[in-house]
Amino acid sequence: MTLMTALIAGLVLGGTYALAAMGLTLQYGIARIMNLAYGDMIITAAFAAFVLQGAAGINPILGLLIAVPGGFLLGYAVYTVILAPLVARAPNRGVLEVDSILTTFGLLFVVQGILLVLFGSNYTSYTFLNEPVNVLGATIAANRLIALILALGLGITLYLLLTRTRWGTALRAVAVSPQSAQLVGIDINRAAAFAFALGGGLAASAGVVISMYQTFTATGGVVFTMKALIVVIMGGVGNLVGALAAGLILGLVETLVSTYADPGLTLAATYAIFLAVLLWRPQGLFGRAVR
Amino acid sequence: MKSLKDRLRLSTFAVLAAASLATFALSAADAAAEERKSIKIGYAVSKTGANAGGAAMTTIPNYKLWLADVAANGGLELPDGTKLPVEVVEYDDRSSAEEVVRAVERLAGQDKVDFILPPWGTGFNLAVAPLFDRYGYPQLAVSSVTDKAPDFVKRWPKSYWFLGGGRDYAGALAKMAAAQTEAGVINSKVAMISVADGFGIDLVNAARPAMKEAGLEVVMDRTYPVGTQDFTTLLKEAASSGADTFVAFSYPPDTFALTQQSQVQAFNPKVLYLGVGAGFPTYGRNLGPKADGIMTLGGIDIKNERNMAYRERHKALNGEYPDLWGSVITYASLQMLADSIKRVGLDREAVAKELSTGTFDTVLGETKLEDNQLRQLWLLGQWQDGNLVGVEPADRPGASKPVLPKKAWQ
Repeated sequence: MTLMTALIAGLVLGGTYALAAMGLTLQYGIARIMNLAYGDMIITAAFAAFVLQGAAGINPILGLLIAVPGGFLLGYAVYTVILAPLVARAPNRGVLEVDSILTTFGLLFVVQGILLVLFGSNYTSYTFLNEPVNVLGATIAANRLIALILALGLGITLYLLLTRTRWGTALRAVAVSPQSAQLVGIDINRAAAFAFALGGGLAASAGVVISMYQTFTATGGVVFTMKALIVVIMGGVGNLVGALAAGLILGLVETLVSTYADPGLTLAATYAIFLAVLLWRPQGLFGRAVR
Repeated sequence: MKSLKDRLRLSTFAVLAAASLATFALSAADAAAEERKSIKIGYAVSKTGANAGGAAMTTIPNYKLWLADVAANGGLELPDGTKLPVEVVEYDDRSSAEEVVRAVERLAGQDKVDFILPPWGTGFNLAVAPLFDRYGYPQLAVSSVTDKAPDFVKRWPKSYWFLGGGRDYAGALAKMAAAQTEAGVINSKVAMISVADGFGIDLVNAARPAMKEAGLEVVMDRTYPVGTQDFTTLLKEAASSGADTFVAFSYPPDTFALTQQSQVQAFNPKVLYLGVGAGFPTYGRNLGPKADGIMTLGGIDIKNERNMAYRERHKALNGEYPDLWGSVITYASLQMLADSIKRVGLDREAVAKELSTGTFDTVLGETKLEDNQLRQLWLLGQWQDGNLVGVEPADRPGASKPVLPKKAWQ
């Protein structure tokens, strides 16, 4: 396998990681909710895509148009109904973090339970766009390429929105300092709810795309949460570009290690980089030093 | 004085009444022990967590089907011809080994069930085997693949092992590949990958010497961590290794990913052998004619009418056909349990002896254990025209001939 093929395979794999992590970084960075049920939101979207594809015959690309707004609304509802009261009563960030971890840990089991009742615990998969595509001499599956394109597209669009618009500036202000943001007239509760909902929408897009090529089960959400968490922390909490870059780096490293060293070492390599980043840049690759 | 006498009489009467009440209560308890109303059967199985996918495929639907069949039959039959309904105690072990041990402990010690059905998975069955032994329950360890079954039978005399060991499956694969090499259909090179976890490690450790003994040359031997979903590099390496035989001792998600990615990579080995998951009914249905030629563990004899009837009943109750490896064996093991109870009653010692020595008429046909192990197994199957048919052992009645080389993906 040539270096070029390995690089492209790595970027495509990384695209999945980045896509899965961007929503979590918004939820954690701006809404300040460490959402342990994030992976289960991904799985919910994967099942939605499965149902749309199987029962309604809607292909997953069109399914995105239904699942992403659905994820957004679900995220909004979860924030306003379950999490907003916690935010309101938390005296400081530490308390909120503990409360939100406990709450979303419970939410994880609620979502998982509902999925188990609806779909059982079987492995679920379907085939969509499992066609070879030639990119610079490397053969990759079209469905995985979509994940990369979507990750790059969404990541860059959201980055531009966050940095170039008034609305984005307000969101970033909330991320940096919620107290000060209030002083300049930003409704931080609305901003946080919006960021959390946006994260839900991104989780849904990741779920739909992942369902195109990966087998999933009702109880498999925690794997996605873990991977996304690693990417988020590596990239810097709340940093979209960081999540994008960290996801791609992780994919590249895994593929290169598997090509040139041993496939058995991919997990070890993942955690080695994670450890290295934590040791030398605890704020993440793109994060700013903690104030 | 009179009043005192009366009082004395009264109290005597009270004592007598209390005593008679007590004897009545005692005799009632005796009657309950003699005339039991139901048979309690308990089990702990992974309904959630990492093992839920496997348990939901091989174990839970068959427990449900058997319990439904028993209920439809009016209960479990005892030697005197009476039938007692089954009372079920079910626990979710949440895919945690500690939890399954605790649950079995509870079933035996607190719920005092009459029989305990085994959990899903090799590791979990080994984890609870000492408990089954200590409390004297027969253990019908179906979903366990282990080469050490003969040792376990010595250690735990009431344990029964139904699915063979890694050496059986790897040996059957090597035998088939060697025969095909001899016939000039494929070359003698083999590329192997395996998941770095229980099943993959067991199978690949058994496969290495088996391949060597059969005169095959292993040109690639790689392991990958659990959860790997991208096999691009491994498939590329296998393609360039020059091997005609590609073997993956994989778990279901890996099996599905390997199937999809080898199509994308146009990876066309002449023998394509995949691990757990390639025997799932959805696997053959999703792939359609593309599945033809793929080999895996297990298989069935499609000419066995009772097995085919069982498959239809399984679908009617659970909404899905059973998998083509362990499911039918799970159901057969439960039939053996019911038959043993019918022959010798609820005494666990006698039931255990009957399971060891008796001959049973199950969905598999005539079934008899050898040294507490089921040895009439399909060790290698191949998808042919939408069915996973058994091809090894080739001398077993009902065996199909392997069709090789596998056609290229379309």
